[in-house]
Amino acid sequence: MINIYIEISKYLIIIIMALYTFCNFRYFGVADDTARDEYCRFQRRSVLLLQLISYSVIFLKTNDNRVIVLFLLSAVFTATYLKLSVLFYKNISKLLLNNMCMLLSLGMIMLTRLDIKDAMRQFVIIVISAVATWIIPLVIDKVWGLISWSFLYIGLGIVLLLAVLFTGSVTYGAKMALSFGGFSFQPAEFVKITFVFFAASMLGRSVDFKNIFITSSIAALHVLILIACRDLGTALIFFMAYVIILYIATGRKLYVFLGGGMFSLASLGAYRMFSHVRTRVEAWIDPWSDITNKGYQIAHSLFAIGTGGFAGMGLMQGMPERIPIVEKDFIFSAISEEMGAAVALCIILICLGCFLQMMTIATYMDMSFYKLVAVGLGFEYAVQVFLTIGGVTKFIPSTGVTLPFVSYGGSSILSSFILFMTIEGLYLIKKNEDEAFGDEYDLSYDEEYGGEDDSVYESEYEADDREEI
Amino acid sequence: MSIFKRKDEKSIRSRNLRNRSNRSILHISYAVSLVFVLLMAYFLYFVFCGSQSVIGNTYNPRLDLFSERIVRGEIKSSEGEVLAYTEVDETGGESRKYPFGELFCHMTGYSTKGKTGMESLGNFYLLSSHINLIEQIRNEILGEKSPGDNIWLTVSLELQRTAYEALGDRRGAVMAMDPTTGRVLCMVSKPGFDPNSINEDWEEITSEENDRGQLLNRAAQGSYPPGSIFKIFTVLEYMHEHPYDYQDFSYVCDGTYEDGEGNTISCYGNEAHGEQDLYEAFANSCNGAFAVIGAEINIEKAMELNTELLFNSKLPLDLPYTRSSYSLTDSDTDFLKELTGMGQGNTLVSPAHMLMVTAAIANDGVLMKPMFTDRLESAGGEFFKSFKPEEYGRIMSPEDAERLSEMMRLVVTEGTGSAFRDAAYEACVKTGSAEYDNGERTHAWCLSFVRAEGENAPSDIAVAVIVEDGKSGGATAAPIARQVTDRLFETLKN
Repeated sequence: MINIYIEISKYLIIIIMALYTFCNFRYFGVADDTARDEYCRFQRRSVLLLQLISYSVIFLKTNDNRVIVLFLLSAVFTATYLKLSVLFYKNISKLLLNNMCMLLSLGMIMLTRLDIKDAMRQFVIIVISAVATWIIPLVIDKVWGLISWSFLYIGLGIVLLLAVLFTGSVTYGAKMALSFGGFSFQPAEFVKITFVFFAASMLGRSVDFKNIFITSSIAALHVLILIACRDLGTALIFFMAYVIILYIATGRKLYVFLGGGMFSLASLGAYRMFSHVRTRVEAWIDPWSDITNKGYQIAHSLFAIGTGGFAGMGLMQGMPERIPIVEKDFIFSAISEEMGAAVALCIILICLGCFLQMMTIATYMDMSFYKLVAVGLGFEYAVQVFLTIGGVTKFIPSTGVTLPFVSYGGSSILSSFILFMTIEGLYLIKKNEDEAFGDEYDLSYDEEYGGEDDSVYESEYEADDREEI
Repeated sequence: MSIFKRKDEKSIRSRNLRNRSNRSILHISYAVSLVFVLLMAYFLYFVFCGSQSVIGNTYNPRLDLFSERIVRGEIKSSEGEVLAYTEVDETGGESRKYPFGELFCHMTGYSTKGKTGMESLGNFYLLSSHINLIEQIRNEILGEKSPGDNIWLTVSLELQRTAYEALGDRRGAVMAMDPTTGRVLCMVSKPGFDPNSINEDWEEITSEENDRGQLLNRAAQGSYPPGSIFKIFTVLEYMHEHPYDYQDFSYVCDGTYEDGEGNTISCYGNEAHGEQDLYEAFANSCNGAFAVIGAEINIEKAMELNTELLFNSKLPLDLPYTRSSYSLTDSDTDFLKELTGMGQGNTLVSPAHMLMVTAAIANDGVLMKPMFTDRLESAGGEFFKSFKPEEYGRIMSPEDAERLSEMMRLVVTEGTGSAFRDAAYEACVKTGSAEYDNGERTHAWCLSFVRAEGENAPSDIAVAVIVEDGKSGGATAAPIARQVTDRLFETLKN
C-alpha cells in the first residue's frame, strides 16, 4: 500500500507545484489586492501541503523519527516566517516571500531524503539566515545615504576576495572558501551583493566618461581576482551583472555589445589557459566517450533526469545519491529524478518569476541607485539560476555554481536571503512612498514598462544626477 | 533620513528619465525570458525525446531498480520464436532462460555477469512495462511484479541456424543484413558459449589457459587481415585516379611477382593467371597485379578514401566492436605498399565493417545503419513501437557502387566466386584468403550480396563470412555465404 501512496503523492506534488506556479504568474493578471492576497494565501498553503506530503513519504520509507521532527520544524518555521514578515512589514512582497519558502522547502525535502544530518544543518542555517536578514528591508527603507558608501562596498569586496586569493582553500580546481574554526564560508557569495551596491552607487551618481572608467576599472579588479582564484562561474556572474548595470545606467547598447565581445575573447582565453575549463567543455560536448572520468558528473546527472522522466520516480524511489556533488551543484537533477521533470520545470518557472518580479520592482524605483541595485541583483540571480540548471542539463558547459535557496550550503543560503531581502527593502520603499503620497503613479505592470521617447532629456539627465552627489 | 524628500519639482522630469531606463529593463527582461524559454524547451526535449538512449546506457545504475518492480521481458526472433525469457518459480526466484542455448549467445548476450548483446542494448525496454494501467495498479496493490516488454529482433531463427550449422566446428563469424534497410538477418560467432550456464562456466571461459575466446563476438569485435577482400578498396582508389583509362590496365601474371629488391608476392596456390586487365585481376584475385597497383596509387588519397569507408573510425553499430585499422603512409617501403594493396600489410578489419561496405555497394553507395530491434511488444501481445530504418549516409558514389558491383559479378562468373555460379539469382562476390602466422595459414573470407530481382531473389541481402584458418575463401567461406542466401530466399518463397 505504501507504494500506492507514494505513486499518488507523486502526482499530487506535481499538481500542487503546477497550481503554485500558475498563481505566481496569474498574480500579475489581476488588479485588485484582495484577489492577489487570495493567490498568495493559496501559495502559502501549497508550500505547507507540499511539505506534509513529501515528508510523510520520506518517513514511510525510512521510519526515521527525525523526519517528523524536521517536518514539524519546517512547517512551523515556514508559517511563522511568512506570518511575521507580513505582520512587521505590512507592504512586503508576499509573492517573493512565498517563492523563497517554496524553493527552500524543495531543497530541504531533497536534502532530508539524501542525508538527514545535512538537512538538519541546513535547517539551522536557514533559521539563522532568516533571522539575521530580517532587518535588511528596514535598513534599506530607512537609511538614506546607502548611495554614498561606495568606498565601503569596494573595500569590503576587494579585501574579502583578496583574502580568498591568498588564504583560500581549493575545491574542484577553484579557490572559493575561507575556513576558520571548522566553519568554511565563501566570500564571493557576499561580495556578489557588495559588488552590485558598489557599481550602482558609482553609476547612480554620474555616468560621465571619467566615472565610468573608474568604476569599470574597479569592477574589472573584482573579476580579475576571481579569475585568479579560478572561480570562473562567479567571475562570469559578476561580469555580466556589471555590463547590465552599465547598460541600464547609460542606456547605451554599445556596452552590451562590448561586453559580449569581451566575454567571447575571455571564454576563448579561459579555454586555452585553464585545463579544468577544457575538461568541462569536453564533457559538455561528449560526456559519453569518457564516462568514467571527465563525463562522469554530467552523465550521471542526465541518467537521473532521463530515468526520472516527466513524472519522476517518486520520492525515495530513485538513486540521486549516485550523482556527484548532488546536494550542491546537482540538486536540480536529484529533484528532477524523484519529483519529476514537471516539478523541475516549475522550479525554472518560479525562478524566472522571481527575476521578472525583481525587474518589475526595478522599474518602480525612482532613484537611479535603487533601480540599478534591483537590476544588478536580479540579473545576478537569473544568471546564477541559468548557469546551474543549464549546466546540469547539459544545455551549457557546467560552471559549478549553486541554485539559490535550493542547494545545500551556508554561504549560498545566507547570500540568497540577503539578496531577496534587499529587493524586498526596495519594494517596501516604493510601497510606503505610495501610501504616504497616494497613488500618484499607477503601479500596474504594463504602464511602468511603457514610456515615450525622451532623448531630449539625455544631457539633463546626467547633469541632474551629478547634483545629487 | 527619509527618501520622501526627493519627491518634488523634479518628479515630471525624473519620470521621463525613468521611462527610458525602464525600457532598457524591459529589453533585459525579454532577453532573459527568451533564454529561459530555450532552456525549458531543451529540458523538455531531453526528457521526452533525447533521454531514451541515455537511460539505456550500461553505466546508468538506475535500471537495476526497475527489476525490483518488473519481470524482465522476452527477446524474440523475427519469426516470433522466444530466444530469451525469465522463469519465475513459486518462491518468486527468477532465472533467465535461453531455449536455443549457444545458437544466439552473442546476439541475445547474457544478463547475469554484467550485460551484453541485446540484453544490454534493450535493457531499458525489457525493464519497462506497457501492460494496461488497471493491471499495473492491481500489481502495485498486490505487490506483484509487472511483466516487462518483449523485443522482436530483425534476426531470423532460420538464417541464424543455417549460418551456425554451415560454419560447423570451425572458428569464425557469419553476419548478414538487408542492404536497403540495415536489418541484420543473422549474426553468428564461433566458438560460442551457453548463456544458460554462463555463471557456472564463467571461471573456465575466462581462465588464462582458455584461448578459444568464446565471449568475443567475432562478427563485430574480431580483427582480421583482410586479404583479397581489400582489393575492393585498392581497385576503387585506382579507378578514382584513372577515371578514363583504368580499363587499359594490363599485367602479365606468372604466379609470382618480384619487385626487383628480392621480395616476392605469390598468387594463391602460385597460380599463373596470364595476361590480366583490371576486371580479370580483380575476379581472379591476382596478387601480382594488385601489388603493382598498391605501389602506384596515391597513398594520401587512399587514406582519405579508406577513412570515408570507415577505416580508423567509429562504425554506426550499437554493439561493441573493434575499429578497423589502415595505417599506410608515404614513408613506408614500397614492399609494404604492395602488400597493403593486395590486402596483407598491417591492415586489420572487422567482419561487421566489411559487411557494411558490401551492403553500401549493394545499396548504390548508401549505408543503412545496421538495426537489430524490429519492434516492441507489451506482455499483452500488443505492438506499441516499431523501429524505422536509419540511413547512415552515402559512403561512395552510385557510379563507384555500380562499377564495383560489375567487378564483383565477374568474380562469380569468371573468378573465385564459383560457389555462386549455378545460383538462380545474380550474386556479386569478393573472396579473400588472408595470410597470418607469417603466411603459414590463411583465413577464408567471403563478401557477397544479391539485389532483389523477382522470385529467384525476392529480397536484398549482403553477407560477410570469415572462417579462421579456413584456407581458400572461394572454397570455404563462399559456400557458407551461398547457403545463408539460399535459405533466405527459400523462406521468403514459402
